[in-house]
Amino acid sequence: MALLQISEPGLSAAPHQHRLAVGIDLGTTNSLVATVRSGISTVLNDEQGCALLPSVVHYAADGEVLVGQMAQEEQSAYPHNTIVSVKRFMGRGLKDVGDVSNLPYRFVEATGSAQAPGMLQLRTAAGVKSPVEVSAEILRVLRLRAEQALGGELVGAVITVPAYFDDAQRQATKDAARLAGLNVLRLLNEPTAAAIAYGLDNAAEGVYAVYDLGGGTFDISILRLSRGVFEVLATNGDSALGGDDFDHRIYCRLLEKNGLSALPAPDIRALLTHARAAKEQLTDHLEARVTAVLSSGEVIDNVLTRAEFHEMSQNLVQRTLQALRKALRDAKLAASEVKGVVMVGGATRMPHIQQAVGDFFGQSPLNNLDPDKVVALGAAIQANVLAGNRSGDDWLLLDVIPLSLGIETMGGLVEKIVPRNSTIPSARAQEFTTYKDGQTAMSIHVVQGERELVSDCRSLAKFELRGIPAMVAGSARIRVTFQIDADGLLSVSAREMASGTEASIVVKPSYGLSDEEITRMLHDSNQYARDDMMARALREQQTEAAQLLEAVDNALRQDGEELLDAAAQARIRGSMDGLRAVIAGSDHQAIKRAVEALNLASTEFAQKRMDKSVKSALAGHKLSELE
Amino acid sequence: MLPSGADFQQDFFSLFNLPARFQIDATTLERSYLALQAQVHPDKFAHLPEAERRLSMQWTTRVNEGYQALRNPLNRARYLLSLQGVDTQEESNTSMPSEFLMQQMEWREAQEEALQAKDIAALEELEQRVQHEVRFLQQQLAVDIDDTHDYPAASGIVRKLKFLEKLAEEIGSAFDELDS
Repeated sequence: MALLQISEPGLSAAPHQHRLAVGIDLGTTNSLVATVRSGISTVLNDEQGCALLPSVVHYAADGEVLVGQMAQEEQSAYPHNTIVSVKRFMGRGLKDVGDVSNLPYRFVEATGSAQAPGMLQLRTAAGVKSPVEVSAEILRVLRLRAEQALGGELVGAVITVPAYFDDAQRQATKDAARLAGLNVLRLLNEPTAAAIAYGLDNAAEGVYAVYDLGGGTFDISILRLSRGVFEVLATNGDSALGGDDFDHRIYCRLLEKNGLSALPAPDIRALLTHARAAKEQLTDHLEARVTAVLSSGEVIDNVLTRAEFHEMSQNLVQRTLQALRKALRDAKLAASEVKGVVMVGGATRMPHIQQAVGDFFGQSPLNNLDPDKVVALGAAIQANVLAGNRSGDDWLLLDVIPLSLGIETMGGLVEKIVPRNSTIPSARAQEFTTYKDGQTAMSIHVVQGERELVSDCRSLAKFELRGIPAMVAGSARIRVTFQIDADGLLSVSAREMASGTEASIVVKPSYGLSDEEITRMLHDSNQYARDDMMARALREQQTEAAQLLEAVDNALRQDGEELLDAAAQARIRGSMDGLRAVIAGSDHQAIKRAVEALNLASTEFAQKRMDKSVKSALAGHKLSELE
Repeated sequence: MLPSGADFQQDFFSLFNLPARFQIDATTLERSYLALQAQVHPDKFAHLPEAERRLSMQWTTRVNEGYQALRNPLNRARYLLSLQGVDTQEESNTSMPSEFLMQQMEWREAQEEALQAKDIAALEELEQRVQHEVRFLQQQLAVDIDDTHDYPAASGIVRKLKFLEKLAEEIGSAFDELDS
C-alpha cells in the first residue's frame, strides 16, 4: 500500500503541480464558488455550512458593507441601501431597465469619467455605487471564502455569465471580477457550464438542450455532445427575464387585490419578499397565503392558488418557449431530435415550467443535478483545465457569440459583420473608404443585436479613426478588424492599407472600465486597502514571472533543439537569466520589464511551436484520437 | 501582429487537409477542424504566457474562419473562385436572367402574403421550395467548378445563391415574427 502523504496545514500537498482555481456562478439571486478537489468538483460552503451566498449587498452609513444573508436581513429596513438582483443592472443604462417605479432604489446616470455616460448607478448611504462595484463586493466575499478553504491565493477563476449577455454585460462582469482581485481565466456561458457538469457526469452523447431560467436571466443553448467535444450549435434567450419577473407578477396581483398604487420603498421590498416566498410555496402546495402589514398600518391578507399563479405568469413561460423555437431554428433541428433537456436555475422548479418544457420536447426534463449548483460545478471543472491542472485527456469546448455584431451604415441601418451563433474566437475585417477629398478621420459605430435599425440594437462603441493620410475621396482603404475573443468580448483595431501607414485609433467605449480606472478604484476601496494591495501586486507579478519561466523552460526542453539554432536558444536563456536575477526582489517594475523582455524574446519560438502543433494535428495521430 | 509562419498563410483547403474542390468530404473537414481546434484552442493556452495566448486566439480565429468558409457551400464556392482570381461581382453585376428575377419576385410576394395571413404552413412550403432550388444550384456549381472549370458560369450561380440566401434569411425572420 502506498504511503499517505500528509501536508503541513495550510499548504497543499504539491504546490507546484496543483494550481488553485475556482468557478464562480455570479447569480441574480444567489452566488456560489466551487473548485475541483481530488478530481471532484465541489461547492465551497461558508463557515455556517451554506453554499449559496445571497447576491445582496448592504451599504451602511458608517461605510460598513454587508454581503449575503446579513445584507438580506437589512433589505426591508434599508431598501435604498440594500442592493438585490444587481445582475439585472450590469452593463445597463436607465432606459434599458424600463419601469423603475416598482424598484426600491435611487437610480442615477453616470456622468463622471469612471463610467461612460448613460450607465446606471445607485445612490446609497455609502455614496454612489455602480453595479460593477456592487458585484465586486459579492465576488470578493467568494474569493476570500475560497482562499480560506483552499489555503492559498487563487491562480484564477472562471466566472459564468448568461449565454445571452451582450458585450456590455460581459465586460461589466469581467471588470467586477478584476475589481474583486480575481484573475479571470474565462467568462463561461452558464448553460455551457451546466452542460460540462452534466455531460461529464453522465457520459452523454448526442444533441442536448440546456434550459436555464435563473433569477433574472433566461438562456436556452442547444449543444452537440460527443466524446471529448462540447459544441454549442445555437443559443438564444432574454437577459431580462427570470424568476424575479414571476415574483413581480404576484406582487402586481397583490397591489391589484388590495387597491394599492405607489408604495414607499420599504413596502415595495417587503411585498416583493412575500411574493417570492409565495411563489416558492406554490411549487409544492396548491395555495399560498400572504399576510403583511404595510407601513401605513394597512393589513394585507390574501390567498393565491397555483392555478391563478400559472395563469398570471403563462406569458412569461411562453416567452421562454419562443426563444427555444428560435434556437432550434438556428440549429436547424426539430424538437424531436433533442435527446435530453437539462434544467438549470432555481426558477425551473416551478411546476408549470417543467410541464411546458416537457410538453414542448415530448419528454421529461432532466433534473438529476441540483439546478442551483450545476453551473458553479461546471465552471470549476473548466477552471481546473484552464489553470493547467490537467493535460492530455481534456475536452474541447466550442462556444458561440449569442448576438450578431454590426456597424452603422447610411440611414441608421445595421450591416451585420459577425452573425449570431458564430463559433468564437472569431474575427471579421471590413474595409472602409473616405467620401471626401482630404478626409483624415472617420467615425465607426459598432452595435449588437438582430434588428435592422441601429436604434433597435445595443450601441457597443463609437470611435473615431484619426490620422488617415489626406487623399482623394475613395482612395484611402481603412481595414478595420473586429475581433471577438474566447470570452465573447469585442476589440477593434484599424490600419490604413493604401499608404501602408498604421492609422491611429481612438476607441471610446460606451461602457467598461479602463485599466487606470480599475487601479484607481482598487486604491479608493477601503476594503481592499486592508488586503495590502502593493504586496499583493508584487506577489502576483512574481507568480506570473515564475509561471512564465516554467513555461519557457518546458518549451525549450521539448522543442528548443529542434526548432531553434544555438544563438536563438542563447538569446532566450539570456532573457530568462535576466528575469531570474530580479524575480525574488521587491522591485515590481523591474520584474514587469524582465517579463516583457522574455515574452518578446520568445515570441518567434512560440510561433514555431504553434506551427509544429498545427502540422502534427493533421499528421494523423490526433485525428485517430478523435474518431 | 499576425503570425508570419508559412503555415498561417496557407489556404484553407491545405489547412484542413482537403483537395481544393467544391465537392468535399464533410467528415474529413469536420475531423480536421476538431483536430486543429484540439491543438490551438485558447482553452489549451489559458495558463500560458500572454504571447502564446495571443497566438492561440489568432490561430483559432483562423481555423474558425476557414471552417465557415469551407463548410457553407456558398462560401466555399466564393473562396474557390477567389483562389482562382475570379471576382464574383456580387456588388457590381446586378444583371440577372429575367426568369430568375420573376421567380424571386413571386417568392417574395408569397413570403409577404404568408406573413400577412400568419400562414405558417405556407411559409414552410415556401422554405422547402427555396431549399430545393438552392440544392439544385449547388449541384450545378459542382459541375461548373470541379469539372468544366467554367468560372464565369459559377460566378453567376454564386450571385443567384446570394439572392436565395437573403430570401431564406427573410423567411427565417418571418417565422420569428409570426412567433412573437
